[in-house]
Amino acid sequence: MISRRDFLQVSMAASALVGASGFGNWSRLAAQQALTQDQLLQFDTFGNVSLIHVTDIHAQLKPIYFREPSVNIGVGDNRGVVPHVTGAEFRRLYGIDDGSPSHYALSSGDFSSLAKAYGRVGGLDRVATVVNAIRADRPDALLLDGGDTWHGSYTCYHTQGQDMVNVMNQLRPDAMTFHWEFTLGSDRVTELVESLPFAALGQNIFDAEWDEPAELFPPYQFFERGGVKIAVIGQAFPYMPIANPGWMFPEYSFGIRDENMQMMVDEVRAQGAECVVCLSHNGFDVDKKMASVVTGIDVILSGHTHDALPEPVLVGDTIVVASGSNGKFVSRVDLNIQNGRMMGFRHKLIPIFSDVIDPDPEMAAVIDEQRAPFTAQLEEVIGQTDSLLYRRGNFNGTWDDLICDALMSEREADIAMSPGVRWGPSLIPGDDITREDIWNVTSMTYGKAYRSEMTGEFIKIILEDVADNIFNPDPYYQQGGDMVRIGGMGYRIDVRKPQGERITDMTLLKTGEAIDPAKNYVVAGWASVNEGTEGPQIWDVVEAHIKKLGTVSVQPNDSVTVVGA
Amino acid sequence: MDFTRRETVALGGAAVLTFVLPFRANAATEDLINEFTGGAELADSGVELDAPEIAENGNTVPISVSAPGASAIMVLAAGNPTPPVATFNFGPLAASQTASTRIRLAGTQDVIAIAKLEDGSFARSAKNVKVTIGGCGG
Repeated sequence: MISRRDFLQVSMAASALVGASGFGNWSRLAAQQALTQDQLLQFDTFGNVSLIHVTDIHAQLKPIYFREPSVNIGVGDNRGVVPHVTGAEFRRLYGIDDGSPSHYALSSGDFSSLAKAYGRVGGLDRVATVVNAIRADRPDALLLDGGDTWHGSYTCYHTQGQDMVNVMNQLRPDAMTFHWEFTLGSDRVTELVESLPFAALGQNIFDAEWDEPAELFPPYQFFERGGVKIAVIGQAFPYMPIANPGWMFPEYSFGIRDENMQMMVDEVRAQGAECVVCLSHNGFDVDKKMASVVTGIDVILSGHTHDALPEPVLVGDTIVVASGSNGKFVSRVDLNIQNGRMMGFRHKLIPIFSDVIDPDPEMAAVIDEQRAPFTAQLEEVIGQTDSLLYRRGNFNGTWDDLICDALMSEREADIAMSPGVRWGPSLIPGDDITREDIWNVTSMTYGKAYRSEMTGEFIKIILEDVADNIFNPDPYYQQGGDMVRIGGMGYRIDVRKPQGERITDMTLLKTGEAIDPAKNYVVAGWASVNEGTEGPQIWDVVEAHIKKLGTVSVQPNDSVTVVGA
Repeated sequence: MDFTRRETVALGGAAVLTFVLPFRANAATEDLINEFTGGAELADSGVELDAPEIAENGNTVPISVSAPGASAIMVLAAGNPTPPVATFNFGPLAASQTASTRIRLAGTQDVIAIAKLEDGSFARSAKNVKVTIGGCGG
């Protein structure tokens, strides 16, 4: 008898031969004219179960630009393997032609000119078209939302997530898990979760006082699809009270809790689950490690680290699927489940080229309805940009360079700190900067821009602490963001050193002098996780700065020297 | 907790040692272990220690220990100024040899559990628990 593992490998090989992973078909189309909606959606329905995965939408209802990172360093066992391969190296790895649609969608390099050729990506009205098309092929496909949905825009902030709930309800997901949603505060989260017509899952969401599973968030939900009993287990972001302000949701405790995950897998298998899917917000490297520790999961739909991979990564008998962020991609995964075993799969990461995929009119109407009360505020032009503005990258991006400049100039600080979050779309040279654009990269419920004095020694402690959350060789100790962005100061980082030894050569840029551990520096920053932070909202600080500049030109930033990558 | 940012920053400053010298089992901890075991060898299996990888709050970190058949389990926080946390003694009628509690950790360090097993041998388990400033999740 052929083992399950052999079957998977046969299936993988077959995929590569006939292009059934969905990759390779559209990637070789040389020009935009050659790309059609039918090609993007083309998929030979396979097996008996279809999963549709969206994640980390960050409230992006409309098409946007989104530049993928050029610096995304892996450490330990993940050094040099996906998703820690970027740019041209990534294209070589997957056989992607330079200048092709997949180059533009999946990798960095030549972004501004490709953006002009291929246009914006995403838009939930386009996502709806894709979801509807998959449902036309497979009416009982499961739609699963990996979370970070109710956060990240002007309208989401002002409606406390209601706009996203209304839009997602129109898309009809079957289950969801969570991260930034909790920064709405636990009362609002409870209110919204109780209103949901679908399952809100998280095996690792516990009551903080009793250390018992939280009642509001069941660990799993069963679905019967294509005659197959499927269990979907939720895994919320494990480090919510650490990476985000725990005081906003003190009733809850999280953590990876992989032992509990194993118990849940065993429990659903004992109850007859033939297929086990984990809807995860762990981040890709954490999911890979979890897949190697927990047995019995067929598919992990991975979120949080915003990686977009054209093929699943196989860990033991588990496939790990990464579906990007900001509404830029939808993953379709078809499974052949026989006698409680996954005998094969077919996968496609569908890029949402907004000029190629037609908007779904019903969804477009729902989106317009959410935005209508705020149109004037959203569309107000604050300035223009001469530079590409993007966020993604381990150490800096031009959006954060601009935000740090705004903090130093508006708050009269020596040094600025901007959090290493991975959400926030891009703008290309020549674009207007609207208020909506500013909110897309700053909106949050704890956005006050503080100004305080810190010693050189404490600044180093912060950098070392954050660096270890990203570059700890054990993925279970990684929180999945990027390095805190620093304005006004340069430093050298050796990513392979242990905590306390990574950061050296800290230099105050305006004087060129070394940072004195004993001296106080005025530091302005935002997104403090501490309660009672005071200061103006970051979006007001950035807006005031851009208004004064008129046209933004961001200078190349080489203030961070990276070694050991 | 109700700290202002400034106070919290000051607190963070007080925790400097945490980051400069990651706490490891020191001589005092080794002495305590020797005292408990009488210098006996420590097996790698026989006691399980459950603790978070990263503490949500260093002031109250939930841990649990379990060692089937054990008569006692000692828990040490190797990096705390006072490493002994607790020693749980189990009588012959104890239904299970499991205990849970919450402990305070001064900074990133190893939490260590030593169990005295039924046959008089000893087992050791340790887990590194990180206490972090946090604040930059994606």
